[in-house]
Amino acid sequence: MKQIVVASGKGGTGKTSIVASFASLTKAVFTDCDVDAPNLHLILKPEIIEKIPYEGMEVAEINEEECIKCGACQKACRFGAIENFMVTEEKCEGCGVCMLVCPVNAIEMKKRVNGYVHVANTRFGEFVYGLLIPGEEASGKLVALVRQKAKEIAERKDKNLIIIDAPAGIGCPVIASLSGTDLAVIIAEPTMAAIHDMERILEVAEHFKVKAVVCINKYDINEEMTKKIEEYCRERGIEIIGKIPFNRKFTEAMVKGKNIVEYDKELADLMKEIWKKVEDMISQK
Amino acid sequence: MIITVASGKGGVGKTTVAVNLAIATGATIYDCDVEEPNANIFLKVNLQKIEDVFLMNPVFDLNKCTFCRECAEFCRYHAIAVLPSDILFFPELCSGCGGCKIVCKHDAIEEGKRKIGEIYHGKNEIEIYQGLLNIGEARATPVINQLKKHVDKKGIAILDAPPGNGCPAIETMHGSDFVILVTEPTPFGLHDLKIAVDIVRKFNIPFGVIINRYGIGDDSVEKYCNGEGIEILMKIPYSREIAELYSKGIPFVKEIKEWRKKFVELYEAIK
Repeated sequence: MKQIVVASGKGGTGKTSIVASFASLTKAVFTDCDVDAPNLHLILKPEIIEKIPYEGMEVAEINEEECIKCGACQKACRFGAIENFMVTEEKCEGCGVCMLVCPVNAIEMKKRVNGYVHVANTRFGEFVYGLLIPGEEASGKLVALVRQKAKEIAERKDKNLIIIDAPAGIGCPVIASLSGTDLAVIIAEPTMAAIHDMERILEVAEHFKVKAVVCINKYDINEEMTKKIEEYCRERGIEIIGKIPFNRKFTEAMVKGKNIVEYDKELADLMKEIWKKVEDMISQK
Repeated sequence: MIITVASGKGGVGKTTVAVNLAIATGATIYDCDVEEPNANIFLKVNLQKIEDVFLMNPVFDLNKCTFCRECAEFCRYHAIAVLPSDILFFPELCSGCGGCKIVCKHDAIEEGKRKIGEIYHGKNEIEIYQGLLNIGEARATPVINQLKKHVDKKGIAILDAPPGNGCPAIETMHGSDFVILVTEPTPFGLHDLKIAVDIVRKFNIPFGVIINRYGIGDDSVEKYCNGEGIEILMKIPYSREIAELYSKGIPFVKEIKEWRKKFVELYEAIK
């Protein structure tokens, strides 16, 4: 089974629009691993068949009646999560040190649901996506669960491809989305900020030994910058699998809840060419 | 005053708003998007590294270790595996909580430290602090946390948040006096804005919305804000000129003078 991740470093470069268009072009299990701001479901319009609660790290809870206000927990907590003998849940990393040091056993670690994994059917086939409850932590673990579920479904349904829509950035949920995949498609944009971010995500892919290719979106908003991306990639032997022009039809399609392949014939042909390249790269491996 | 510029969705213009607002008001910028810091691409300040960011890491003394497994059993991150005569440690899973050292009865664990990022500072017409997470490191929040220790509440501090609604974004907005949520008028923008609104409401931070690329997409963001009683602080129209300036790394208040006034008015309205 092969896994392709679509990532970018910078947000808003078009990851989700591109993943959504791939859904029209191949039979795969699709996943949205941008668990704190998922968008792919807005285009794929899933019919949810299973909603699995996800329990992340536990959170400390201080029993006020038993607490003797000695301050041992506050002193021991490395995350500044305890102030005035109360736990700031967003800061708690669930390590359990406070419970360990409490002399009167006034602290308990409580399980709680941090989010959900949704298993769904769409007009393109199976789709798995995670959704973190707003303000909850440990999204990397939820990403791992989404990917594990997608793998199970792919095996059961005899599909040999999983396509992963990754979040922006290079930290925990991105690493969880990217590690162990067969190919990273990096969506770049010809702006100074996006080039900087592309360079960092390419380094992350290299660090985790994932082969990366680049697709330049909105390439015509600054052709000089596009040349810079092309030069950068050529120097490093990174293939550019396609260049997509800026076109308002992408936003129009999104507003109508469609992908660009469904919405516009000309852009559909371009996406088919790009997908063909991705497919070739994957089968070469 | 601490103002965080955040958004659920990435690429909607957080850095654009943060940088233009800082230039118009003379504020200090803190680039808390430590995974992909972009503010200085627009400010072009000569940055100097002022600090490293370390996470505490256990160092095992195998001469004292009895391989009793207590540390591994305590560690909720599964960062320690105890073999019959060796210890395997997975630094990327370690949160640096220090619990293993506390549970060890044999004094076999010392604390070492591992560098996960850096803090930079620089100043020309604008002062900027920036955090940078090392490639391959998962935990952005300790870098953001250390960066925020430099925040000077007496002046105007603008915190440029990372995208998303996860821990790094929450760590950034914690303790802010006001949050500006930037969005774009599209279904994706609206969906992620709603999650961000849930979060700022949960933390009781006063907030308002800026709609960037106004004119693309639809009117669902405006309808949502009006229905929820959320103030729309500013609308930045989609314009080829603004997009081109952005692509070159030029803050548009420098080129389009009437916008400088609008950003000053924005600050007055927030204050």
